[in-house]
Amino acid sequence: MTENVDQSKRRILLAATAAAGGVAAAGAGVPFVMSLMPSERAKAAGAPVEVDIGAIEPGTMISIEWQGKPVWIVRRTPEMLELLAKHDGDLADPTSSIPQQPEYCNNATRSIKPEVLVVLGVCTHLGCSPTFRPEVSPADLGANWAGGWFCPCHGSRFDLAARVFKGVPAPTNLIIPPHQYLSETRLLIGDDDKSKLKGGQPADKGATA
Amino acid sequence: MMNLLKNLLAWVDERFPLTATWKAHASEYYAPKNFNFWYFFGGLALLVLVIQIVSGIFLTMNYKPDALFAFASVEYIMRDVQLGWILRNIHSTGASMFFIVIYLHMFRGLIYGSYRKPRELLWIIGMIIYLALMGEAFMGYLLPWGQMSFWGAQVIVNLFSSVPFVGPDLAILIRGDFVVSDITLNRFFALHVVAIPLILVLIIVAHLVALHEVGSNNPDGIEIKKNKGPDGHPVDGIPFFPYMVVKDAVAAVAFLIVFVAIIFFAPDMGGYFLEYNNFVPANPMKTPEHIAPVWYFTPYYAILRAVPPLFGSQFPGVVAMGVATVIFFALPWLDRGKVKSIRYRGPIYKAFLAAFVVSFVGLGYLGLMPATELYTWISRVLAVVYFAFFFLMPWYTKIDKCKPEPDRVTSK
Repeated sequence: MTENVDQSKRRILLAATAAAGGVAAAGAGVPFVMSLMPSERAKAAGAPVEVDIGAIEPGTMISIEWQGKPVWIVRRTPEMLELLAKHDGDLADPTSSIPQQPEYCNNATRSIKPEVLVVLGVCTHLGCSPTFRPEVSPADLGANWAGGWFCPCHGSRFDLAARVFKGVPAPTNLIIPPHQYLSETRLLIGDDDKSKLKGGQPADKGATA
Repeated sequence: MMNLLKNLLAWVDERFPLTATWKAHASEYYAPKNFNFWYFFGGLALLVLVIQIVSGIFLTMNYKPDALFAFASVEYIMRDVQLGWILRNIHSTGASMFFIVIYLHMFRGLIYGSYRKPRELLWIIGMIIYLALMGEAFMGYLLPWGQMSFWGAQVIVNLFSSVPFVGPDLAILIRGDFVVSDITLNRFFALHVVAIPLILVLIIVAHLVALHEVGSNNPDGIEIKKNKGPDGHPVDGIPFFPYMVVKDAVAAVAFLIVFVAIIFFAPDMGGYFLEYNNFVPANPMKTPEHIAPVWYFTPYYAILRAVPPLFGSQFPGVVAMGVATVIFFALPWLDRGKVKSIRYRGPIYKAFLAAFVVSFVGLGYLGLMPATELYTWISRVLAVVYFAFFFLMPWYTKIDKCKPEPDRVTSK
């Protein structure tokens, strides 16, 4: 009886069964792997955040939470903007050639409106949140300090356009998150898709400024 | 490449009995060739165990064992965790399927006399697994912190407080509090997730080791080891791998089709697998109108309710329920029959077994129903039948007229 076994047919059947079983096992694995991904609650926590920037005094900063991380919004004074252009030689990437910002913020002030900077407050070195030091030439940061951020963890320095200085541990400029203006003073952090806006919000006005 | 693998295997074998273990427990473990439908359920129980452990691990990643958050965290799993509802339904369905499979597995042992010599210890280990499983299911049922979780635990823990003298203190020790509370929930979580699963896995390994030592029984209830061929293997046996594995794989596919159908189309099974009142958060101030345990405990629950309080104590009912559960341990010594299998038993045994099945299923049904006077009396009659099956066994199995056993296994 053993001599009459069709071995090649048996091999095909074995392979087909194993393949079908493998597909079923992979399918059964889907809910387990999916459950490890961010839940709806986590996704909701990562949703865009709306913020009113009308009350920010010139030269000061507010910090808001978006996706569990700090986002800074600074209203820069004309003096601050003027100083920005004067230390390009000390910066690692003065022209923001590394895409750490959306296309519409790839400019000298790294912002949509020149005076309003929106930046993710997470150091690009190891993830600490740098300290806001807007004063000019303080004793501890030296005479050349024109205002910016100083990271207490490893001493990285950023200017008031969140660009990194040369010779510090952080490799790149701070990240500018996607954002857009819903009106003159209302800002939406985390979403720059204008097609999502309802009723023709005057968002374009801000984008061209 | 093949040579490399062969050398690696030889290297391992010199240091660890890999090939020897595989041969002893799979490729050269000989199982009777006349296994039938009833022999699927041991393997299926192992499959459900794996399903429960894996789905349980993933549920633990999102569940919170805290009376303030437990109920909400289960709802979070059902609504917010991606495909979390599938994981939860797998675990809740798996609990009921575990008992279905185990009850059928035990019934197989009953009808073919698988508990008889030389398999007494195998049977006892199996019974310990059954008790551990009941504890596992009971503690797991508290975790969703719904109304049935809370009041079910309340009632079961209060059973212990009816024990004379030490009862009230015992109940407090179990709860860790004067009522079922956050403390109880937290410790039941630890036991359900860590302690009992560890014990379960260990005694299941012991169950398999004992099985492979004495060899499987079969529907004819005769020992295949008594008839060995010139190669030293039983002539009526075939290797577990691949033959039995392939057979069990077919059963596993059929079982999983049913399992998945329940998960997707009837996860609450009309209120039997997931009771409706358990979708209401636990409220220690208000007992639901009608409370019943989950279906797999109801035969014992019906016996508990059938026994009236004696001497002003509920304890006799608790004892009856306890005896009904552990009486199975004594089966190997209660049975005095000349044969093991129902195939060669006489009519008296068959009548008693049929009556037992009716009483078990009947009690299971009555345990789900409200305790009316009529139902209580029917429960009493069925409870007597239940105990008669065991306590009269030494007598009726002895006087029963058995048919002669065959020399070789038969296939019907």
